[in-house]
Amino acid sequence: MTRHNGSSFRIEDKKQEGTTVFFTGKLDVRSAPDALRSITEHIERNPPGTLVADLANVSYLDDFGVLVLDRIRKTVGKKGGRFLLRGTGEKAGEILSLFNFEGGWRGTLKERQPRAGLMVSLGKATLDQIADLRFQIAFMGSVLLAFLTVVRHPGFLRLEDTVASMKKTGVDAFPIVALISFLLGLIMAFMSSVQLQQFGANIYVASLVSLAMVRELGPIMTSIIVAGRSGSAFASEIATMKISEEVDALFTMGFDVTRFLVVPKVLASILVVPLLSVFSNLFAILGGLVVGVSMLDLTANAYMTQTFKTLRFFDLWFGLFKSGFFALLIAWMGCLRGFQASGGASAVGKATTSAVVSSIFLIILWDSIFAVIIRYWG
Amino acid sequence: MGFHLCRDYQVLGIARLMAEEAIIQVRNLEAGYGTQVILRNISFEVHRGEIFIILGGSGCGKSTLLKHMIGLRPPISGKVKVDGVEITESDQKTYRKLLRNIGVLYQSSALISSMTLAENVALPIREYTGLADDEIASLVAMKLALVDLHGYEHHLPSEISGGMKKRAGLARAMALNPDILFFDEPTAGLDPITSAEIDELILKINRSLGTTMVIVTHELQSIFRLAKRVIMLDRTARGIIAEGDPTYLRDHSGNKTVRHFFNRIPMSEEMISGRTR
Ligand SMILES: Nc1ncnc2c1ncn2[C@@H]1O[C@H](COP(=O)(O)OP(=O)(O)OP(=O)(O)O)[C@@H](O)[C@H]1O
Ligand SMILES: [Mg+2]
Repeated sequence: MTRHNGSSFRIEDKKQEGTTVFFTGKLDVRSAPDALRSITEHIERNPPGTLVADLANVSYLDDFGVLVLDRIRKTVGKKGGRFLLRGTGEKAGEILSLFNFEGGWRGTLKERQPRAGLMVSLGKATLDQIADLRFQIAFMGSVLLAFLTVVRHPGFLRLEDTVASMKKTGVDAFPIVALISFLLGLIMAFMSSVQLQQFGANIYVASLVSLAMVRELGPIMTSIIVAGRSGSAFASEIATMKISEEVDALFTMGFDVTRFLVVPKVLASILVVPLLSVFSNLFAILGGLVVGVSMLDLTANAYMTQTFKTLRFFDLWFGLFKSGFFALLIAWMGCLRGFQASGGASAVGKATTSAVVSSIFLIILWDSIFAVIIRYWG
Repeated sequence: MGFHLCRDYQVLGIARLMAEEAIIQVRNLEAGYGTQVILRNISFEVHRGEIFIILGGSGCGKSTLLKHMIGLRPPISGKVKVDGVEITESDQKTYRKLLRNIGVLYQSSALISSMTLAENVALPIREYTGLADDEIASLVAMKLALVDLHGYEHHLPSEISGGMKKRAGLARAMALNPDILFFDEPTAGLDPITSAEIDELILKINRSLGTTMVIVTHELQSIFRLAKRVIMLDRTARGIIAEGDPTYLRDHSGNKTVRHFFNRIPMSEEMISGRTR
């Protein structure tokens, strides 16, 4: 039987001599898949005693071609036949020897390690957690030490980096914080007015907006925005430096990496986030004022008087303290996750995500803790 | 049908005879970043099937030139023609087709960091051939064995050494056996034995598959072993200061920089210890 395939090979079946496959032209990426399919199919259907692969007319053979030959050899072998090569030219021979075609075949991929069992995974996860905890404690220690050094020798502070961080975290965030807070004040005033109007208690819109903002929403909103903007930036910057060995380079140059990278960011955040939250409060009150004046027939004067009457100094200070504390959490998490990164580009993504998620979670968690403390203490 | 095959074969033979056919043509290329011009007035040809080496001191623009030859960066002016395609003015479709016929090894290896070595090498094979998974696995194993990385299939790029990354990058560049291979410093950072093995591999691939190779390298031994034709770039000249056979240039070049480069001599005499007072 003769089969003819125009692209690159021809199969000839003879009773005595067995099957011969004549390859012609290029046996490469383009022709290999087709050749492989039809020839192995043919062998499966009519298993030959001997199969000869004739390469005399092959002008080009590469590893895709070698793969074809190997698969034919395997299929023939499986059916109990013999495989022979004929007409191997110099170039084809070189390629075949490159892959050790005659000797030990080099085309077998190592088995992947099998998935670990439940107990092993559990143990590994536990060890990972312990290592993580240890790292966190070590990190905390090194940050505290670095801060102590800076307090004792203020000259060691990297002032330029700190100022640059303050600009990136504070000044650059100002527009978005202001806008979001203004809208938030607007919405709060608008929504509460619908209820309060029923009791003729319009004026208490001012109390509600100012108290909610100064004590809770101002610090929280600002911190969440900063976590999204700067926490992520800290984490990705440090993670990238970590995986490209920049951190190692700083270390071997004799720098205290924590003082170099972490202290400016933490310090800058603690300084600017409370300021941002003050602006957040102001803009939210402004938003409430706009609603009060335009829709609730309040005078600006009355609105502001009510606002000042509601707010105690303690509320203001407490809000500021919370923002500062949240800022510490954000910068802390950002830097920590950055330093924990190892591996490739995806590690940077993971560090960034983790930094933002952890810091938002911690912000809310600590806010609840503060709320409880204040309830029983204040 | 038979006639068709015959003709194909003849065309191939003729291509072999026309050894001087230019597969890459660079004409009056001016290259740079932004307004900063790095290279100007660059013209040269790479012949089909040859090993062509670009050399020059650090920072003279070798990688830049390579990037322009692949079409990664638009030139300030001038033209680059690769395998019959004017890459400076070709449409997306033609350019993409050309990309299938070239393989590139980047100076930093540029392995995809979230994939194992095997997955990195399998990436183009899976994308462009209709082969089954176990066949692809075989090919990947063959490719990795070629660069002596057998046993590291399932390592991530971050878990192997710099030289191993280079070799894995080499395997990935050669995944589809492209017509033209661009290597940016294939043996930088490798030990002498591995370097020599990579050189031999390059020679073998070039001889048996007829692959055109454009290589950036500083390794003098590689240069003499591999290339019949080189061009040398220079940072102050911002262009080609020598072209031709490396052995000839070493012994007979009129340019001091070129002679010192090939003979590994510092540019200023004072730097040679023993000759200082
Ligand atoms: N992305 C870039 N933006 C601006 N300038 C660049 C950029 N990449 C390189 N350069 C400049 O182009 C010049 C040539 O750089 P290139 O990377 O091509 O050098 P090279 O010859 O490959 O050097 P080496 O042997 O060290 O790899 C350098 O002076 C460098 O400052
Ligand atoms: Mg370079």
